Amino acid sequence: MQNGKDVKEALNKKASYGPDIDLDDYKVGTYTPDKVDRLESIPGDVKERMVNVGVMPCGTGRAGTILFNDNGPVHVSSSSDDIELMPIRKAAKIYDLSEYLWKAVPADKDKYTSKTYIEDSDGYFIRVKEGRHVKYPVQTCMIINRNKQMQNVHNIVIVEKDASLEVITGCTTKKHVTESLHVGVSETYIKDGGSLTFTMVHNWSDDTYVRPRSGCIMGKNSKYVNNYVILNPVRSVQSYPVAYLNGEGASVKFNNICLSHDGSEIDTGCRVELNAPRTSAEIISRSITFGGRMIARGKLVGNAPGAKAHLECKGLVLNDGGLTLAIPELESSIADVEMTHEAAVGKIARDQVEYLMMRGLTEEQAVGMIVRGFLEGGIKGLPDDLKRDIDAAIDKANLGS
Amino acid sequence: MLLKIEDLHVEAGGREILGGIDLEIKDGRTCILFGPNGSGKSTLLAAIMGLGHCRITKGRIIYNDADITNMPIDERARLGIGMMMQRPPNLPGVKLKSLVGAVAGECDIVSRANEFRMDKFLDRDINVGFSGGEIKRSELLQLTAQSPQFLLLDEPESGVDLESIGLVGKKVHDLLYGTANCDRDKKKRVSALVITHTGQILDYIGADHAFILIDGKIKCSGRPADLLKDIRERGYKECIQCRMVKM
Repeated sequence: MQNGKDVKEALNKKASYGPDIDLDDYKVGTYTPDKVDRLESIPGDVKERMVNVGVMPCGTGRAGTILFNDNGPVHVSSSSDDIELMPIRKAAKIYDLSEYLWKAVPADKDKYTSKTYIEDSDGYFIRVKEGRHVKYPVQTCMIINRNKQMQNVHNIVIVEKDASLEVITGCTTKKHVTESLHVGVSETYIKDGGSLTFTMVHNWSDDTYVRPRSGCIMGKNSKYVNNYVILNPVRSVQSYPVAYLNGEGASVKFNNICLSHDGSEIDTGCRVELNAPRTSAEIISRSITFGGRMIARGKLVGNAPGAKAHLECKGLVLNDGGLTLAIPELESSIADVEMTHEAAVGKIARDQVEYLMMRGLTEEQAVGMIVRGFLEGGIKGLPDDLKRDIDAAIDKANLGS
Repeated sequence: MLLKIEDLHVEAGGREILGGIDLEIKDGRTCILFGPNGSGKSTLLAAIMGLGHCRITKGRIIYNDADITNMPIDERARLGIGMMMQRPPNLPGVKLKSLVGAVAGECDIVSRANEFRMDKFLDRDINVGFSGGEIKRSELLQLTAQSPQFLLLDEPESGVDLESIGLVGKKVHDLLYGTANCDRDKKKRVSALVITHTGQILDYIGADHAFILIDGKIKCSGRPADLLKDIRERGYKECIQCRMVKM
């Protein structure tokens, strides 16, 4: 199925969604960037960009840190015996990764996966040992350093049986970088009884194109929570991660928080395949458009008895001129499933704003409070750092004007 | 004069609800607004607060010598006008604690939520799934945080069970008589305009004067106890006739 010839041919295959990108417009980023031995030595402006995407530049409160500049690893450190953390090219030399490479994401899916396959891109490899519960999150950071460059990464996360892990990953560009392309293939494997919380924060330059390709294969009674947050302007993001709930009782939750600014196009969402009995899924998407284009997809596929799933897609439109499109889909091949969806797109209700103004809040404060509630409401367990970032982004967005 | 309303005409939902209201409230006074359902009582309160669904087509509202007829809602709130709504909107995602905290300023009202039996509601979305009594207690907690100088209370006792009515009455009383929340509220003269159908709230607060609003016009005014007695005994129809005879 995935022989080299097919994958090479896929180099011309456009993605199903999102504007097409000519890969020849970008130079492949260097695989041998300068190493960073100590996190403390990272320059201040880069540290600032890292903090903005939830990555602690000093590594405090983290079980491990792995940083990539362009296409190569620059720093790996870990303080936990429960995890293995290394670049994937190194992991491939130590272990036989054939059961994990290109199994959750097909290499011939489109030109972006194909390019990553052909490049044999590096990326992070994180494995939690069986039965281990990693107390602190592992953090990863992907930084694009140069203009007109393409960052290709291929990541693998493995949560072994009955283990648990939290990963925080931040992707960003250096301040001076304007035009760039990020292609990230992420394959995640959560084995029986395993649990993973994965939070990804994007903060790109406003002329960056972003094409992540992610898949997660889940075992019996495994749990997966995926948070995706993008608050700042970007040229175009198109991502559509897929979770395959192949083990009985597996459950997944996708939370998306997106702000689409003028000039941005965000096409995001996810697909969940409930392939085993009594699996469950919840997809929650909250988006706000300030004149940008925002497409929120979500598809639930019920293939086994007792599957339960809900999809909730809510979009606030604050300015005219952009586009908000909610596309919820439910598909079932059998009778015994319970799948629902709820989608709503609209402006902020005037009576809510007035109610808060009645208490003395200015219109801008009232709108800010409602928007904050809208973005954070309904999403339980959002990390506090992330809430602070959301608050800051809302303050910066100058609402109510 | 704290509040002076002159020939106020208000439209809502495309039709005229108030057809020329003249009304005055002196500083420190509590006035009651009686009137049958649909007579325009809530619209009058909403127009004083400045809510958007009311369109003032004629007349003026003067508050503390300032013309507030076209003033934004938040500026009216900062002048000291506070309103307890009968049916406030749901605010999904906005926690009661966030609003009370933001409104209370330097006073710590959040930690006093238990006095309102609202401590378990602080992390709930405002009004979402609240019962009738819970809405009232939430409104009173918010108003206590706000500490207005002039209260607009729309049926403070409606939908409240017998057990809670005492609490609601006490908290309305506290708001009116400045049982100090903190230093800022001491020696404050609070006035009020209160809508009531049953007069139950009068067991907890003293009222100086009452108006009867019928079909968008003030048809009668007088001592609250007298008017309530008339309405109870003879209904609003008789009340109109009585007024017409006098005129």
